[in-house]
Amino acid sequence: MGSGMVIREEDHSRLTGLLERLVAESSAKFSFLIDRAGQRIASGGDLGEVDPTALASLVAGNVAATEGVAQLVGETSFASLFHEGQKESLHISSAGPSILLVVFDERSSLGLVRLRVQQLTAPISDAIQLIEDRGETVASSGVAGIGIAEITEADIDALFG
Amino acid sequence: MTFINYAAREINCKVVYYGPGLCGKTTNIQLIHARSREDSRGKLISLATESERTLFFDFMPLELGTIRGFRTRFHLYTVPGQVFYDASRKLILKGVDGVVFVADSQEARRDANLDSIENLKENLAENGYNAATVPYVMQLNKRDTPTAMPVEEMTRELSWRNEPIFEAVAPKGQGVFETLKGIVKLVLLDLKKH
Repeated sequence: MGSGMVIREEDHSRLTGLLERLVAESSAKFSFLIDRAGQRIASGGDLGEVDPTALASLVAGNVAATEGVAQLVGETSFASLFHEGQKESLHISSAGPSILLVVFDERSSLGLVRLRVQQLTAPISDAIQLIEDRGETVASSGVAGIGIAEITEADIDALFG
Repeated sequence: MTFINYAAREINCKVVYYGPGLCGKTTNIQLIHARSREDSRGKLISLATESERTLFFDFMPLELGTIRGFRTRFHLYTVPGQVFYDASRKLILKGVDGVVFVADSQEARRDANLDSIENLKENLAENGYNAATVPYVMQLNKRDTPTAMPVEEMTRELSWRNEPIFEAVAPKGQGVFETLKGIVKLVLLDLKKH
């Protein structure tokens, strides 16, 4: 645990492309891929005024709580969550180790969203798996000129002025 | 889980404030929120009961600035301290990169502090962490209360891995940023090891 996830440019464009496609094909507003700790990995579509950081954190909390509930009633997890609002609705599901969120309104429907999510979950999971399989960590990533591995205490002191 | 995005040039880390009920975890986050620049802080979200006890978690994203060309963003969470919310505490530790233990200095909370540390160790282990190596600092809060125990005594009872210890009076801001800086330093330096 705690080993982290390193997203490269090519991962980012692959995932963003898949999420954009999901949004377009399901007539949704936007879609997020979120890790279980609550960080947004990638997104597609038009977020509008939404605070993406808060949304990612709360959705991950929601999924974690629901999984806790699932285990209490003897399930390992629930395949998907659906929150129906008056205008906006949310569809939340798993894509490999990550969480896939789709936000849509009356221009789409639960059936269509669910269908497209099912169709695109495998390629999204594969893209995540690719990142995990690479097993790249901060120290090992060694991208030229990046130098995270050379962070010093002085750098950190400078953050706090 | 530290999340590094080379496309967005961002480092994202998760820090959890842990400790017994009413020790001041939420106050720490509120103070950080109140004293951070508007452009560096995100929305403070509190999932609390009507009596302002944390029900699930408080959350606040904080951007600290750029380090080696990367924007460093810390996601600060608190857990609910009350004993019966253990299931929630376990969930919030998922993917944590660093833990701040907030101890209540009042003598009457001595056992509550000890219980909460044991609970933290158990929940870290259940989430697959080695409690002895995860970045960790301790804050002795409420130093201004009349029954505050001596620092040496609290250190002897509560310190279990030679962690950095900070004295604080959270509502007044004393020690709050020192504690934050302490954990940020450990988390960022820990990145090198993985």
